[in-house]
Amino acid sequence: MSHASRLRQTNPAVALVVFMLVVLWTLPTLGLLVTSFRSKEQIAISSWWQAPFPTEANQIFRTDAFAISEPTLTGYESQERPYAVVGAVFRAGQSGTVKSWGISSRAPTAFSPGTRQDLPGGEQLLVTADGRFVISSAEPITWRRGQRIFVTATMRPTFTFENYKRALFDPGQVDGMLKGLIGTASVAIPSTIIPIMIAAFAAYALAWMRLPGRTFLLGLIVALLVVPIQLAFIPVLQLLNAIGLGKSYVSLLMAHTGFGLPLAIYLLYNYISRLPAELIQSARVEGANDFQIFTRLVLPLSVPALASFAIFQFLWTWNDLMVARVFFIGSMGENTVMTSELVELLGSRGGNWEILATSAFISMIIPLIVFFALQRYLVRGLLAGSLK
Amino acid sequence: MDNILAQSVFAVVCVVSLSALYFWLSNAALTALGGDVASWPTYVRPWLFAGPALLFLSLFLIYPTLQSVFLSLHERMPGRTLEFVAFQNYRDMLGQPKFTEALRNNLFWLVVVPALSTALGLVIAQLTDRLRWRTFAQSMIFAPMAISLVGASVIWKFVYEFRSIDLSQIGLLNAVVVFFGGQPQTWLFMPFWNNFFLMVVLIWIQTGFAMVILSAALRGVPEDTIEAAIIDGANPWQVFFRIRLPQVSSTIIVVWTTITCLVLKIFDVVFAMTNGEGGTQVLANYMWSQFTRANDWGIASAAAIVLVLMVMPIMLWNIFGNRQ
Repeated sequence: MSHASRLRQTNPAVALVVFMLVVLWTLPTLGLLVTSFRSKEQIAISSWWQAPFPTEANQIFRTDAFAISEPTLTGYESQERPYAVVGAVFRAGQSGTVKSWGISSRAPTAFSPGTRQDLPGGEQLLVTADGRFVISSAEPITWRRGQRIFVTATMRPTFTFENYKRALFDPGQVDGMLKGLIGTASVAIPSTIIPIMIAAFAAYALAWMRLPGRTFLLGLIVALLVVPIQLAFIPVLQLLNAIGLGKSYVSLLMAHTGFGLPLAIYLLYNYISRLPAELIQSARVEGANDFQIFTRLVLPLSVPALASFAIFQFLWTWNDLMVARVFFIGSMGENTVMTSELVELLGSRGGNWEILATSAFISMIIPLIVFFALQRYLVRGLLAGSLK
Repeated sequence: MDNILAQSVFAVVCVVSLSALYFWLSNAALTALGGDVASWPTYVRPWLFAGPALLFLSLFLIYPTLQSVFLSLHERMPGRTLEFVAFQNYRDMLGQPKFTEALRNNLFWLVVVPALSTALGLVIAQLTDRLRWRTFAQSMIFAPMAISLVGASVIWKFVYEFRSIDLSQIGLLNAVVVFFGGQPQTWLFMPFWNNFFLMVVLIWIQTGFAMVILSAALRGVPEDTIEAAIIDGANPWQVFFRIRLPQVSSTIIVVWTTITCLVLKIFDVVFAMTNGEGGTQVLANYMWSQFTRANDWGIASAAAIVLVLMVMPIMLWNIFGNRQ
């Protein structure tokens, strides 16, 4: 006991190293996550690690053209200047503190906030520290073009859901992530369920039924575990074209099923073959046939192994790019999955990080939830798959 | 959009219930035809159970292997005919600089990625072993495994983002370089080293896998051997290198081979980040470009066969060597 408790003690230096490694491993993802909540302008001005802090920014603001012919009640007019226009120099959703302002590019920081300055046309301009501007005049104002205001301000950090709204709900679906999300989900779910069903029946047959040549079949499955799937692309596509399926939803499900089966059978066989023999024997003695034994006894007992493989296969099919491109996504663009959309975006919008980051996160969120919720089963599956 | 959603839900339900129906109906038919007393259902039923799996394995893995060998020895001629050309495709392929580049890079990947992932995984497994927040630390390092390789490519492309020196850097790596007084670089087009920057993505993902497996193995090392060593005056380094490491060596080999298998087939990272430009071609992406862009089935099949030959030693070791 004394040794066990001594072993539990943590060396602070080790804890620090581990902490730094965790930070190093998390930072790249965190950077993209923060970026997905920032506007295009913010991303251009400052890096994501500056996002939570106030930043100093120089902006040029131009008021709308306006015409004021009636005395107004903005609260800023006075007896001698009854005509006024009030507005904000910051963009919608942004806020900050004005440090200085000006009206010409030669002296952009000439005035301090809260002071009134005469404009060439006889009006007066006031810019307040919280970012409002007031143009007031003794006579009606008719301006065809707006007034330029140079503002130096400390901007408060702001975050926006605009990128997500645009990626998912933009009616034009320019960036197409909602279509991709539906595509990915409708591929990943059946591509997980079908191979499990097929593999579980096969694993039971291999483990507990009289199947001639089962040693050979098991060896074959182990061999197929490492066959590169690239090998199958041309021949299988040829075959699918010949029977008229071509690139289609059904083709992709069949391909995912075929490619997922070796690992599925291998993992499930390892588990099912180790169930106690007496259990299955006694069920047989009581007159149950193999279908009943499998569905009522073996299947419920195998839930941990089924869950392990399900997570693997779900993550694999959800994240797959290559198989979907070969068997599903045609040149007409009617079928799509998120990974393929993402690759297209990398090509066409390489510098638009607000779109790329948001789209990448939309594609990652479900696998990450699955991972953190069911990590236990994933680890168990990995251990069963790689340790014998 | 609603239309697509409805179609998708319908398709999912249809396909899944159809497959379930096969097993249920075939069994019902068998029972109705022969009853459970007759002996022949006991011979047929295993094949009903294993049949779909064997069919899928044959059509999607076994037949393609044979057909690929066949295609790699043939040239597609106009009018959908195939002409036997023996090893001409392989000879043509060897003559292409892009293929030799891909082969060289694949070997480079093969050395670096499994070695670094396994070593880092082992170090982290050992360091986190006695931490109170071990589960948390391991989860965070294991988490990239859930992310698609394309998503990981986006994440790392952002880390490598380049902007000229007079602008503020938004890519993490260039920001660090500039902070220490260096010049920002276009990492993904830096000759030779760009391969390494692509490998980092896979190492980032696979270290978690190595760590999880090796952590379990390290915890399986009997406590009494360690305690005996400590009582005999061994320092922590000796305990690790002399006691724990030898006892997990077989696990290290398993982890190393698993990652090797994966690295051989690496595709998505290269495809998404550089598409093989700038001297970063790899075999799987070379095969892909022959298949999709050049539309040369002969050479694409030959490249696939080269991939199989490279995993062959691992395959044989899995079947024969690993059994004892």
